[in-house]
Amino acid sequence: MLDVRDLAFGFGTRRVGSGITFSLARGETLAVLGGNGAGKTTLFRTLLGLLPPQAGAVSVGGIPLSELAPGERARRLAYVPQQHVPAFGFSVLEAVLMGRASLVGTFARPDHDDYRAAHGALATLRIDALAQRRVTEISGGERQLVMIARALAQQASVLVLDEPTTSLDFGNRARVLGEIDRLREGGMTILFSTHEPDQALAHADRALLLADGAMLALDRVDRALTAENIERLYRTPVRLVRIDTRRYACVPTA
Amino acid sequence: MRVAIDEVDRSPAKVRARSPAGLVLLAAIVVLAVLALVALGAGRYPIAPPDVAAIVWAHLTNSATEGTADAIVWQIRLPRVVVAMLVGAALASAGAAYQHLFRNPLVAPDTLGVSSGAALGAALGIVVGAGFLAIEAAAFVGGLLAVSVVMLIAARLRAHDPLVTLILTGIVVASLLGAAISLTKYLADPYNELPAITFWLMGSFASASSIEIVSLVPAVAASLVVLLLLAWRINLLALSEDEARALGVDTRRLRGVVIAVATLATAASVAVSGIIGWVGLVVPHMARLVVGPEFSRLLPAAALFGAAFMLVIDTLARTLAPIEVPPGILTAVVGTPVFIVLLARARRMF
Repeated sequence: MLDVRDLAFGFGTRRVGSGITFSLARGETLAVLGGNGAGKTTLFRTLLGLLPPQAGAVSVGGIPLSELAPGERARRLAYVPQQHVPAFGFSVLEAVLMGRASLVGTFARPDHDDYRAAHGALATLRIDALAQRRVTEISGGERQLVMIARALAQQASVLVLDEPTTSLDFGNRARVLGEIDRLREGGMTILFSTHEPDQALAHADRALLLADGAMLALDRVDRALTAENIERLYRTPVRLVRIDTRRYACVPTA
Repeated sequence: MRVAIDEVDRSPAKVRARSPAGLVLLAAIVVLAVLALVALGAGRYPIAPPDVAAIVWAHLTNSATEGTADAIVWQIRLPRVVVAMLVGAALASAGAAYQHLFRNPLVAPDTLGVSSGAALGAALGIVVGAGFLAIEAAAFVGGLLAVSVVMLIAARLRAHDPLVTLILTGIVVASLLGAAISLTKYLADPYNELPAITFWLMGSFASASSIEIVSLVPAVAASLVVLLLLAWRINLLALSEDEARALGVDTRRLRGVVIAVATLATAASVAVSGIIGWVGLVVPHMARLVVGPEFSRLLPAAALFGAAFMLVIDTLARTLAPIEVPPGILTAVVGTPVFIVLLARARRMF
């Protein structure tokens, strides 16, 4: 679905990371982990075509990203930003409809199908009740779900979420992760970044560990996220406590 | 793999039925028509609204009779009323577009230096002794240059808060342009050009005539039509750059088009009526309070509210006192307190 070959990325001539190679299969969930400034967001921006790669190539569904027009790219990759700061009080429905931008003509307005997709996305995330609320008036967790709904309305093949739970409280975090799990069960292809190793262990199939701009590991979550690798990644000693088949608690021991 | 979308059938019509935007626009058109009748009748030679309506109707049906009332309504007051409405609609629409474009409810043609740039262009045109259309063209180029310089500097500064930087840059550039306008005035011929520039900068509709309508209509109509056609897409400019681009929007091109047409509307207004501040800042706020930020509803509301606001201001300007009060002074008197109230309620506003 998504193929990344020997990618180098950064701003202008400044290099942030290099040597990134991975592919994401249909229906697979990959978590990207790395310390502050490891380049997770820059990597995502490059994967989304928002930043030109310094070297290497990214392709979606076999087509190089560089050959896709902005609208075609948006129909393949949907992006949920780390934080959405609303400038105006659009209604939740209006905000989700914006996900249809690549399908609505330049001079057109959303039609019946667009409204149906938007309502469908809201229903999938079980936030239909928010449709007429303003995005400025809902909680941070609800807003994050609205951003995911917008990405679903886009009906792209890959969902890219940049630290989807970073600014959320405990309850909202669980709610957003629960919905991501439901999307995984529905067969969605997902790429997300996180600061929580236990989150990756519980909610992803594979993990990519970024350290100093290079790949430290890329493997099934239980093999990539060993206590040893986590220690190298965050430079702090940890203990992994197994809770059940999928879930672990990652506790710093320093 | 696509996520199964639940078959929830809710048609756009049903969803839109909940918003009273259509009703608001209809009401605004009716209010505007009534205001226009009152404005056409108001003045040193008062004419009752029914008589005004009869005169207008007679002209529309080609059965007008000559007379003092007819001449006053049709030849003197009508051009002025039309120009005031056009300028109000243009400034408010441009303001609404700029506010979406810069994701900030505090920007306006004035804060981005557009008005000052257009004013400098027009002042230079007056000093050179250019014709009316050349003055308008100079105003447009001045306005576009000013907003380009402001955006360029703000982008280069790469500050922590880009929006505050943008507004501060706009203020700084506008003050430099103000100095340039002062220099132009200083160098102007003190008997003819200086008073012309000074009165023109204060803003006035007193000189409104059919030639000004002819020059204003194409610019305002073109910019309103383009903004209306792009209305839904302009909503996406209110998102962050990354979000809009990830949704497939060619932000650079869209932004360029919107800046060009919004600047055209502003410059055409400034060329005709001088600098009339506050309209582009305050009216879009009022419109947003009533119909919300969705641009295809916001734009017509802002245009109608702007037309009505300017009409009221100009009618007051020419009837309040024995001599005319420059409308720019009245908009400031009304705009400042309204804006302070808006700031105080900012959290709920945007």
